Amino acid sequence: MKNLIDIKDLSVEEIDELIKVAKDIMQNPEKYSEKCKYKKLATLFFEPSTRTRLSFEAAMMELGGNVLGFSEASSSSTAKGESVSDTIRVVGCYSDIIAMRHPKEGAPLVASMKSTVPIINAGDGGHNHPTQTLTDLLTIACEKNRLDNLTLGLCGDLKFGRTVHSLITAMSRYKNIKFVLISPEELKIPEYVKEEILDKNHIEYKETDDIEKYINELDILYMTRVQKERFFNEEDYLRLKDYYILNKSKLENAKKDLTILHPLPRVNEISTEVDDDERACYFKQVMYGKYIRMALILKLLNIK
Amino acid sequence: MNIDSIRNGIVIDHIKAKKGLEIYDILNLGKLDCSVAVITNARSKKLGKKDIIKIDKNIDINLDILGYLDPNITINIIKDNNIIKKYHVELPGEIVDIIKCKNPRCITSIEQELKHVFVLTDKDKKQYRCKYCETLHEN
Ligand SMILES: [Zn+2]
Repeated sequence: MKNLIDIKDLSVEEIDELIKVAKDIMQNPEKYSEKCKYKKLATLFFEPSTRTRLSFEAAMMELGGNVLGFSEASSSSTAKGESVSDTIRVVGCYSDIIAMRHPKEGAPLVASMKSTVPIINAGDGGHNHPTQTLTDLLTIACEKNRLDNLTLGLCGDLKFGRTVHSLITAMSRYKNIKFVLISPEELKIPEYVKEEILDKNHIEYKETDDIEKYINELDILYMTRVQKERFFNEEDYLRLKDYYILNKSKLENAKKDLTILHPLPRVNEISTEVDDDERACYFKQVMYGKYIRMALILKLLNIK
Repeated sequence: MNIDSIRNGIVIDHIKAKKGLEIYDILNLGKLDCSVAVITNARSKKLGKKDIIKIDKNIDINLDILGYLDPNITINIIKDNNIIKKYHVELPGEIVDIIKCKNPRCITSIEQELKHVFVLTDKDKKQYRCKYCETLHEN
């Protein structure tokens, strides 16, 4: 593995290996604190995403490495019209590994075709965001101690939510996984996801617009944000935004060991009264995100 | 040129009727200096009617384009009045710069000189997706 562009680039074995290393880092952080000494990570964020960028930078720093880069296109040469291919060849001279976020779909793949150093896709438009999926997988693996035999509820924007699509793709490879797909009619999961991933892998799933209907069956509840930019009119957005707000009363019939996840940032999909519930793991998820990125950087740099 | 027979050259056979001229254009046969015949509505046992293109010279043909446009096409290579090679085209695994990605959010929309590459993702459904953004190409 030289780059990580799409979660499908990773085999189940490679994901297991990353999770194993991430868990080891969590237990023995000092062992890893100088692993990337004298190495540089470039974070090339052609569109801003402070959270993801900080996660990568913190990951590299905890490995004893250095970071450089830019956080929006207007401060980079792209604003002057430079192509992705050219930018990447230049940055490759200054860094050992690159984490790249770009508003255009497929930009990190183009970068990887020209780069001399490993490329990590840190999000390309509405397309892929593999380190978010790895974060979700590590969170589930740590909170549940397994990645098989689970029923996952996915709630909110299942139509445009790329994190949801790649989580389904990734989880479909494990044994005895079931999904409950919770969304309003307008934001239902696209047909091709059902055909090409769920049906193809003979995965059992139910669709509902009622968050409480199957909540007692869930091991994981993955909430997502309904993004304003996905809608053409304000009215639709306002109506659907508040469609599913997770609060204490909706959790009444949920399992005692349910794990509640959210890729963050949230707007109002999860009421803050849930934050203190033991089952809320979305802030822990952020921490797992840093550890899995540390494991990934080590793997791509071939550092044991 | 005798339309029935050529001594040395290529016969593109079993083209869907009325599609011969389109293929003539796409293969850019107009720029050849040898004689080229496009026969339309020829009788065919297999297709009822078909088009045929006869080229009086052995040139390199982009089989991927033909396979993508019409996988029923067959190609005969003629040498000294004999068919020395006969083959069927097939759906190419990858097609380069024949169709363009229509997704405005795709990197192909801004990156200079980036080739438009489509990858065959479902052979039975003849589905091609953009290599970069994975958008399905709708015919
Ligand atoms: Zn595309």
